[in-house]
Order: sequence, then structure tokens, then C-alpha cells
Amino acid sequence: MLRNITIGQYLAGNSVIHNLDPRMKIIITIMMITALFFIDSFLGYALFFLAVIIIVYLSRIPPIRILRGLKPVLFLVMLTLILHVFFTKGGDLIWRWGFISIESEGLYTGFFMVTRILLLVVFTSLLTLTTSPLELTDGIEYLLGPLKRIGVPASELAMMMTIALRFIPTLLEEADKIMKAQMARGADFESGNIVKRARNLIPLLVPLFISAFRRADDLALAMESRCYHGGEGRTRLYELKIGIRDFIALGLSIILSLIFIIF
Amino acid sequence: MLIELKNVSHIYDDGQVTEALRNINLTIREREFIGLVGHTGSGKSTLVQLLNGLIKPSTGTITIDGLNITEGKTSLLGIRRKIGLVFQYPEHQLFEETIYGDVAFGPRNLQLEEEEVEIRVREALELVGLDYEEFKDRSPFNLSGGQQRKVAIAGVLAMKPEVLILDEPSAGLDPQGRQQLINLLEYLYEEKGMTIILVSHRMEEIARLSNRVIVMSEGEIIFDDRPEKVFSEVERIRQLGLDLPEITEILWRLNKKGLQVRTDLFSLTEAVEEISKELRGAEPC
Amino acid sequence: MALIELRGVDFSYNEMEAPALKNINLSIEAGEFVSIIGGNGSGKSTLAKLLNVLLLPSAGEVIVGGMNTFAEENWLKIRQKVGMVFQNPDNQLVATRVEDDVAFGPENLGIPSPEIRKRVDQALEAVGMDRFKDYPPHNLSGGQKQRVAIAGIIAMEPECIVLDEPTAMLDPQGRREVMDTIHYLNKEKGITIIHITHFMEETVGADRIVVMSQGSIDKIGSPLEIFREIDDLKKLGLDVPLAVEMAHELRKKGIKIPDILSINELVDSLC
Repeated sequence: MLRNITIGQYLAGNSVIHNLDPRMKIIITIMMITALFFIDSFLGYALFFLAVIIIVYLSRIPPIRILRGLKPVLFLVMLTLILHVFFTKGGDLIWRWGFISIESEGLYTGFFMVTRILLLVVFTSLLTLTTSPLELTDGIEYLLGPLKRIGVPASELAMMMTIALRFIPTLLEEADKIMKAQMARGADFESGNIVKRARNLIPLLVPLFISAFRRADDLALAMESRCYHGGEGRTRLYELKIGIRDFIALGLSIILSLIFIIF
Repeated sequence: MLIELKNVSHIYDDGQVTEALRNINLTIREREFIGLVGHTGSGKSTLVQLLNGLIKPSTGTITIDGLNITEGKTSLLGIRRKIGLVFQYPEHQLFEETIYGDVAFGPRNLQLEEEEVEIRVREALELVGLDYEEFKDRSPFNLSGGQQRKVAIAGVLAMKPEVLILDEPSAGLDPQGRQQLINLLEYLYEEKGMTIILVSHRMEEIARLSNRVIVMSEGEIIFDDRPEKVFSEVERIRQLGLDLPEITEILWRLNKKGLQVRTDLFSLTEAVEEISKELRGAEPC
Repeated sequence: MALIELRGVDFSYNEMEAPALKNINLSIEAGEFVSIIGGNGSGKSTLAKLLNVLLLPSAGEVIVGGMNTFAEENWLKIRQKVGMVFQNPDNQLVATRVEDDVAFGPENLGIPSPEIRKRVDQALEAVGMDRFKDYPPHNLSGGQKQRVAIAGIIAMEPECIVLDEPTAMLDPQGRREVMDTIHYLNKEKGITIIHITHFMEETVGADRIVVMSQGSIDKIGSPLEIFREIDDLKKLGLDVPLAVEMAHELRKKGIKIPDILSINELVDSLC
């Protein structure tokens, strides 16, 4: 059932990559992805891909897990490819049938864009595969920290993310239960046209919302009784510490990004 | 009404494969009051959901009134008309603006005429002890928890099921609310001739109400017999991590200490009668 | 001086409705185990929330460890002194991992990280959940979740824990786990326990029982004193533990039985 659902796609591990400071990992990811957009040759992509392979190797993540992560973007990839192949013109004519034609420029740009999307998704998933949601939240909180001065509630945002992560499985389980209970009263969630189906969801959504609000109410009370008073003056069980290897990783990726940007 | 399960197994596939039910054979006849007990995770809830067609067995067949519900094309609405299922904390499924609307949800799904729907809503509310005129237009969300539960149960009763399955219906109720619920179940069984399947951790309720007790553990049926028989298996019941009805516990311990009392009584009055009779007759032990 | 004192406390949620509490006077000493019983709507949950400054009295005052709950500067200190565990085990765990949840209270108090570590480990051990420190809460049973919630309170090093029907949503095994845990904390760690319940069997181990009805305290006494008046309790829609009721019935039949509370005591006194 929904009991064993995992949030995000985090794969617990103890590799060098897993143990990097989450803040560093977020910065590196952002930097590398920016660099990715500067790459203008397949040779650059090959170098980037090599970097990905090395990181995957170091992180001990089974490559199949990364490939599986590409499934949701497959449609986008295909669409990009088709659009470019058929509609970007220029270069030599490769194939023609009536008014449809494929020209070399289109083929090149198509594959170029697709490679970019794939590398982008793979690199980001490296972050989410090796960093637990908890660490991610912590990292984001720290990184947004300087923005507190201009009024960005960084700690509160992080708290919200944690709570959302905590309650997703609970609410999914609840949704499953409510759905079954309404089906036992003859509700039909499967047939009919879109309008009818949407209306049929009311018996599921109303109780689900009511329950979510009740939980929010309870939780707010519980948090208050446990002395929660916003992010101010809060300490943490785990304090993030940046070590030498974080700097090495950062240094390497700076060099790599510069190479991509300059060449 | 006859429900038959033949070699039913159910496997949940959630990454790791868990077997929730293993080779269950079971016949449920008309006018039975069945107490279904077992540890959390023993397979009770799976069994209950199978009976209502909410999930399909991985293998085996389930027939209801001769109709095989495990085959693809059976009308599930027909099954749900016959078998009502009250989930745990049913008040969490209320959704309509008025109590009338909520109780009418089931009958309307059965495509009944609005006149018939109204008759059924009235009947169902009155069965659970809520005055129709007073409550029909009120919002279910302004009621107390106990009243909300009554409305939710009425929502299932309004479908006029022949078999009523209830999963921990008294959980979270105070003693008074619990007593009202027990009275309702007794009434539905005795006067309305319903077949009832009660899933509960409260062995006193099970022992007092049911005439057949099914004990489950790890997806299998361990006992299926009259309550006196099942609760005489004291050691086994304890091994399964289950409680005995407290009265049985007392009688059984007295018996073990040498007081010759019967251990198959579940009502307080009878037990008191039995103990005092024995104490007066016997020399002190 | 008592740890907790309520003096002439009234409380109304809303002026239109009948008050939820009327003229409550109650004092609780450090180290006590007090059970509060009463039907739904008797005011027991409201009472609990006053002790932890989740609510303020409409009249009268609540004094916790010498601090008045009306003074806002005392709120954090009072909540640290008197922790609270609620009915629904799901709706009080904040974090996605057991140990992070236990750390939540101490984090809010601004305790330094190494000290939090120590407290989290000790708290999880005290409730017997140390093996589960890396689990996500939704993979635990109800009883286990409640024990984690209790650990989250212990980690704040309170003097008193108020538990508002902590077992109402649990199966028998979960109920036993929670009851064993709070009795252990009371006996071994000297933590004052205020335990609200409508399972009468759970109250027999208490030092005192407070019976509430319609917003007022109906009776206060030891379990023996309270359960002697079976008929009064039944009038309030409450039960008595079965053993007590059986002893009562047997006495009516002329059998001499001393005061008993549990099945064990009943069986021993009969035979």
C-alpha cells in the first residue's frame, strides 16, 4: 500500500557525494547547470557527461535509478526533438516528402537541445538522489539565511517544507482510505466524462481538506506547546559543517564551470 | 445471503511483496454475528475490503449469493448495496453541507427515486438515534464527534445492506457512546435481521455480541468457532498477543486456582452468579 | 508550594455558549500521578490546555511552578516545565525522522547542539525507541508514535507531562506501551503525570483521580475512594473497571471482599 512510499527519490548512502555539505551541493548544482547553458559543442557535452559519470561512480548510485528518473521528461524530450527536426531550417536538405522536409541544421539543434535537457535532469537528480529532503531543507534554509535581513522568512519556509514532507505520506494514506470509504457507499471515481469525474471527486476532496485543516490545527497547537516561536533563537540538532572535501568539490566544479563557460 | 471465500490469497506489491492473506476459506451465512479479531496487520482489514469488492484477491474466488465477484464484469454497485462497510473513524468521510445530503449519498448512488431516498434517510437517522426533523438540515461538521459518527453510520445503513461490516466502530468514543453503539448493533442484529461482522480489539464487546469469532494472525484464520470455544483457548489467544475478555480472564484465573467455576460466561450477572454459587458451596481454597 | 495550582478558574470558548469550565480549584504536587476522567464535553481537554498556556482562563488564575500563566514572559518557561502529549499520534510529530522530531523542542529552546544530541538519545532510550531514531514517523505503529511524542517532551526536561487521551486512538498493544512508559517516567524519573482518559482501567495505578462533569470537578480522590461510588460514576456516563464492578456485585451477594482495583487483586481476594 502507501505505507512504504519514499519522498522524492533520495537513496540513502554513505558515499563521498552523499556526505558533502548540502549547501555546497546546492551551490555546485546551480553553478554546473548555469555552465551547462554555456556549452556550445557536443565536445563540451562529452566533458560534462564524463563529469556526471565520475559523480555517479563516486556516489554508488545504480545508473538504472538515474535512467528511471528520466522517464517523466521523455515526452518533453521527444517533443523538443520533433519540433526542431521538422521546423528548424538551414544547412543541407536531408529528406523531403511533399512539404515536409528535414534539414541538417534542424537535426543538429534537435539533438543538441535534447542532450542539454537530459544532462540538466540527470545532474539535478544527482542532487536529489544523494541528499535527503531533510538536508536539502536545511541547506536551503542556510542559503536563504542572508535574505532574512530583507524580510525573507527563511527558517519558516524551511519549517513549512519539512512539515509538507512529513505529512505527504499521511495524507496519501488518508486519501486512499476516504476513497475506499466513499466507494463502499457506491461512489464512482472511474467513469464518466471529465466534468462528471471532477464533480465525483467532491466526496474525496472535501473530507481530505477538512482533515488537512484539522491536522494543521492540531499540529500548530502541538508545536506551540513545544515552545515553537518562529525561527529566532532556534538551534539545530545537526549543525552543518563545511570541511576540506567540500572545498575541494567546490574548487573542482568552479574550474569545470569556467572551462564550459570560456570555451 | 451467503458469502463464500475459496482459497483466497492477497498480496500487496509495494516494492517488497507482502502477503496480507494466505489461503482463506470462509463461509458467512445469513443472520450471523461475527466477531473478527486479530493484531494490527493480521489481515483483518484486507479481508474486510475484499468482501466489499474494494480490492480483488490475488488468487481464489469470492462468491456472494452465488455471484462470483472476482470475475471482471460483476457489478460492484450490486455488491455494495448488499454489503455495507463502516470504516474506522467514519466521521472523517463526511462531506455534504447537510446531514440529509450526506446520508443520502449512498442511496442516490444506487439511483433510487428521491422519495425512496428520503424514506431511507429518515429511517437511517432514526435507527442511530438522531431525530430526523431536528438534524436533517444541520451541517454534519457542527456536531460532536459521537454524533458525527452516528451520521456516518446512518450513511451506510441508508443503503439497506444485508450484511454490515464495522471496523473498530467504538474507537475513541466515551463509555456512554460505546454503550449506545452496542445497543444499535444488537438492535440491527436482533430486530432487523442483519448479518453483522464486527472488527474490534475490545474482546468484551466481541464476546458479548457475537455468535461466531474469527481470530486472524499473519494473514491466516487461526480460530473460527463459537466465542465460548475460542476464548477457552486461553494460552493460544495470549500467544497471539490478544487479550481475553476480562470476565473470562477472571473466571479462568479463579478456575486455575482451584475454584470450580465455568469459564464460558461473558455476562457480568452470570459470572457473579456463578462465582457466588461456587464460593458458597466450596470450602475456602 | 504545589507544582500546579488552579484557583477559581472559569473558561468559555465563546460568550454565547455555556462555559467549558466553571470554578475549578485544583492543586497538583510535584511527583504525583493524576488521572482525569469525564465524558466527552466534560471539560477535561480544556483543563489540560490551560496548564500549558495553550488557553488562558476567562476568570481565576493558573499558577505553574510559581509562575502565573497570564504573564507572557513566562510562557516559554511554563511550556518547558509542563509538556503536553495529544490524542492523535500523527498530528503532533513535526519532522520526517524520529530523532529530528525529538530534537524539535530543545531546538526551540535554543539549546546547543551537543546537549541536544545527549538529550535526544536519553529521551529515546527512556521511552524504548532508541532503535528507531532514523525511522520516518509514518512507518511506526500508533503506540510507537505516541512514545516518540513523549520522548519529544522529555527532551525538554519538563517537570510535568500532561497527556490528553494519549491512548484513545491506539490498539491494546499500543495502549499498554504508552501506559507502561508513563508509569515508568513517573516512578523512575520522578516526572509528574497528568493523564486524561476515558479508559477506566488505565486510572487504577494513579495516585489521585479527578472526575469531571459538565465543566466542574465532581470528585477528587484515590482510585479506591472514587470507584467505591459506582452508581455516581454511572450516572455521569462513566464506567468503572470490570474487576471493581464485579467485586461490588459479589459484595451485594454477601461475599466479603476487601477493596480491590485490579483483576489480580480480585482473584487473590476470592481464592
